[in-house]
Amino acid sequence: MSEAMDFRVIGTRPVRPDGVDKVTGRASFGADFSLPGMLEGAVLRSPHAHARIKRIDVTAALGAPGVKAIVTAEDFPSVAAGAIEGGEGGGDFADLAGNVIARGKVRYHGHAVAAVAAQTRAQALAAAALIEVEYESLPPVLSLDAALADNAPLIDEALKTKGLAEPATTASNLASVIEMGGGDLAAGFAEADLVVERRYQTPTVHQGYIEPHACVGRWVQDDQAMLWCSTQGAFDVRSMTAKVLGQPVGALKVIPSEIGGGFGGKTTIYLEPLSLILSKKSGRPVRMVMSREEVFRATGPASAARLDLRMGFAKDGRITAAEVTMAYEAGAFPGSPVGPGTMCVFAPYRIANFRIKGLDVLVNKPKAAAYRAPGAPQALFATESALDEAAEKLGLDPIELRLRNAVEEGDAAIYGPKFGPIGMRACLEAAAKHPHYLRPKEAGVGRGVAVGFWFNVGLQSSAEVHINEDGTVTVIEGNPDIGGSRASMALMAAETLGVPYESVRVVVADTETAGFSNVTGGSRVTFATGMAVVEASKDIIAQCCSRAAALWSTDQEMVEWRDGAVHPRPGVNVDAQPLSLKDLAGQAGRMGGPLLGKASLNAKGAGPGFSVNLCDALVDKETGRVEVKAFTAIQDAGKAIHPSYVEGQLQGGAAQGIGWALNEEYVYSADGVMENAGFLDYRVPVASDLPMIETQIIEVPNPGHPYGVRGVGETPIVAPLAAVANAVSASAGVRLTELPLSPPRVLAGLDQA
Amino acid sequence: MEGFAYEAPTSVAALRSCLSTAQGAGEMTQILAGGTDLLVQMKQGNRAPRRIIDIKRIAETGALELSGAELTVGASVPAAKVKGFPLVAEAFPGLAHAIDLIGSSQIQGRASLGGNLCNASPAGDTIPALIANGFEAHILTAEGERRLPVEAFVVGVGKNALQPGEVLLALKAPAPAPRSGDAYQRFTPRTEMDIAVVGVGARITVDEAGVITAARIALGAVAPQAFLAEAAGAALVGTRGEPEALEAAAAAAMEAARPISDKRGSADFRRRICGVLVKRVVAEALGRCQGETN
Repeated sequence: MSEAMDFRVIGTRPVRPDGVDKVTGRASFGADFSLPGMLEGAVLRSPHAHARIKRIDVTAALGAPGVKAIVTAEDFPSVAAGAIEGGEGGGDFADLAGNVIARGKVRYHGHAVAAVAAQTRAQALAAAALIEVEYESLPPVLSLDAALADNAPLIDEALKTKGLAEPATTASNLASVIEMGGGDLAAGFAEADLVVERRYQTPTVHQGYIEPHACVGRWVQDDQAMLWCSTQGAFDVRSMTAKVLGQPVGALKVIPSEIGGGFGGKTTIYLEPLSLILSKKSGRPVRMVMSREEVFRATGPASAARLDLRMGFAKDGRITAAEVTMAYEAGAFPGSPVGPGTMCVFAPYRIANFRIKGLDVLVNKPKAAAYRAPGAPQALFATESALDEAAEKLGLDPIELRLRNAVEEGDAAIYGPKFGPIGMRACLEAAAKHPHYLRPKEAGVGRGVAVGFWFNVGLQSSAEVHINEDGTVTVIEGNPDIGGSRASMALMAAETLGVPYESVRVVVADTETAGFSNVTGGSRVTFATGMAVVEASKDIIAQCCSRAAALWSTDQEMVEWRDGAVHPRPGVNVDAQPLSLKDLAGQAGRMGGPLLGKASLNAKGAGPGFSVNLCDALVDKETGRVEVKAFTAIQDAGKAIHPSYVEGQLQGGAAQGIGWALNEEYVYSADGVMENAGFLDYRVPVASDLPMIETQIIEVPNPGHPYGVRGVGETPIVAPLAAVANAVSASAGVRLTELPLSPPRVLAGLDQA
Repeated sequence: MEGFAYEAPTSVAALRSCLSTAQGAGEMTQILAGGTDLLVQMKQGNRAPRRIIDIKRIAETGALELSGAELTVGASVPAAKVKGFPLVAEAFPGLAHAIDLIGSSQIQGRASLGGNLCNASPAGDTIPALIANGFEAHILTAEGERRLPVEAFVVGVGKNALQPGEVLLALKAPAPAPRSGDAYQRFTPRTEMDIAVVGVGARITVDEAGVITAARIALGAVAPQAFLAEAAGAALVGTRGEPEALEAAAAAAMEAARPISDKRGSADFRRRICGVLVKRVVAEALGRCQGETN
């Protein structure tokens, strides 16, 4: 791998293999699947944010028209505690089971209490309303302050804080504490010419995928079960569902549908175990589909967060010390992404003296789930806002300030490992030279700069490459395609094998067809599954070379693979013509059988992703309304396999980040009911709210991948929060530190200016 | 959604006959025009009519014409058609803009002004524009017809003045006076696909010297129903819309507003935005009094 590497198809922009089906409406999503005799399910959800379940009586509901089965927690085995591995959201299996269906207590408004299967959805809903549940309501805990107060009502009476120096003896809503540090904090602050100290807050937000959760479950008498569902990881659904149901993993087959967005939110399970137990009880397949309201009330949001940050700066902009306490709302069960948040918060900078403290806090809201770079947007919102303020106060250009502190290859990251080649400096330098940054601002417009960072991960992946008898190629892998990964896999296979992109088809297969792969998440698929596809393609090449050598009665060292064919090296004593994939595949029946390449690996060497965002915003000072006038996303992709989908990731992340910054938030009533559980009042930006989002791909190749890839899917959402807030603060003339920057909040800020 | 009976009368007489049997049977009857509110409400379980009467096949509800000095908009005419009607685009640009804010293009192809009015949302975008422009509701009654100004037609959140057995047939307004202009603006956090936090419509008429002779200002989303803020209009009459006059109109509107605090904004925020919008809308309408239409 080198920067000078010439590529044949990598870096081109062919039409994606799944494109036609999607734009013509043929693609089959979670709710599109049906089976003969299938029943429709509905979930009875808690009307309370916090209550004890005293009694559930399903008698009346069981007698309702069309009803075939009803399940409550009693129909599920009790699940032992144990950490969930390989997922993005983190957490514990017992909590996962408790979130799927409430046991003894409801912990948030919308928590599943029972589920019904009936012949029609209307019958199932009508029957669910007939289930009698007696609750003893408890005071809801709805904020970090309320959760951490002395004598706060306990959401989990058995929960003891983890991570304390002295083991906790009493229960609390504080699930865990993370602490790390280095250097001499006091000395660092003593050295500072400027200290910026602020509290930054971000709201609960949802991933906002267009497709609600949906599945069909079928349980057969021999305890073999099948699930069709919309997910980012069929293998994760399999392991989680098997655990919740107390079944062997091998007894469950999971078939992923096309996926209408996930962004991390479809890396866990909600409906899947319910549909299977309903199927087991009724003897029929059961389809379950959430409404949008259910998606908001019961599926994973991103944590609301509060960061108390203090940073010291020398006159020249050097960061002398940094200290932060980060409290993240986990929702009703432990497992906010405060962990990765603590690792990201200062990651882009060289800071000798630092202390980071993270708090994972339970509140009576839905359990937080992964959302693109989980934990990082909240964290970097604080750091990048503080840097912006420091640049302003020190009279330094904000990009220059960041360049003076930027991490480089060879630096030890604050979270441990040493950085390999990274694109932090290259992104900053590109931003400083970007036409957006150089052009004059319109009157009243504020310009914001912010850096984004995400680790990117590797994890386990498998791939098979089959050479069909005419030389066309079928790639089988197990990662649902949420961002154009079929196209990227096809490009990497075509590049490696030396065949046209069009001759490669990529199949996203089920858990009994594809080899094991971890979830589509962590920005890992193009990197890790891509690596598996390349390895499996190389396996094919090795087999081809071996077969050609045998045919030519020579040693394998005497043949070479070039331009999609085996060529004899000079000196081979035969009248050998090159043998293409097609030639060898056509003769497979005489030469050792079908050409099948395989790879399974645990990918190491994921390259961290850095980005710089530029935002121009204009505040209407009479109304507090913000207009985003221009936005540019610059990011290091390592190597952009399919540049259009890299640009799409940058633009999509920017759009979601702008929404997070400006208008998205869960609005709760005093008793813990979300008041805006729909897209009318949960305001994701619409197309006309956004300017054209300009993109610039930087390519600092990652030596850990055969083609230099580093993940690109998550970093794009990290920088926009601060980029927008810095631009809005500049336009408003007042530093705004609490998101979202909705008109009432901006107006309140202007009043205090 | 439960099953229901569906009827589509093709004349006013047939409609009247449908309505009389509906009353007799005591069924829950619902009038259907575009259905962009009704079908959603039914799917959400908020309404469960047993009988639906579709009025789209009746000539009177489909009328869109200028006859004499009166504009008629039939109750079931799709919003997109009204918006594109030359007289509306030229003489009622504020109303045309209000229509353009309803939902999306797809919704506007189906939604009707009559339905938007009957749905009587406090935040309905066309209602302040209709009130400002002096539209009247023409109502089919058991015996004949009656007329009500739009501001008297909306009587509460989701409540209109129709009595059982009555149907809105059309909306009618006088063609605008010379040297007059209208405008509508709403405040939403998003640019579109959103619901008004505050909506303000105005129709202003000036004399040859540029002095305001008539001003109708209507407010939406700041009370249980859209209403005519008479004092705000009165504050402008006799002025040329100078900054002090705009301030006085804004102050009168803020005084008249009775907003609630909810997920879309606090009462104080709404009242304040109401004042800002009144000034902006009056200025825009004034700009149109001399023939400017955009």
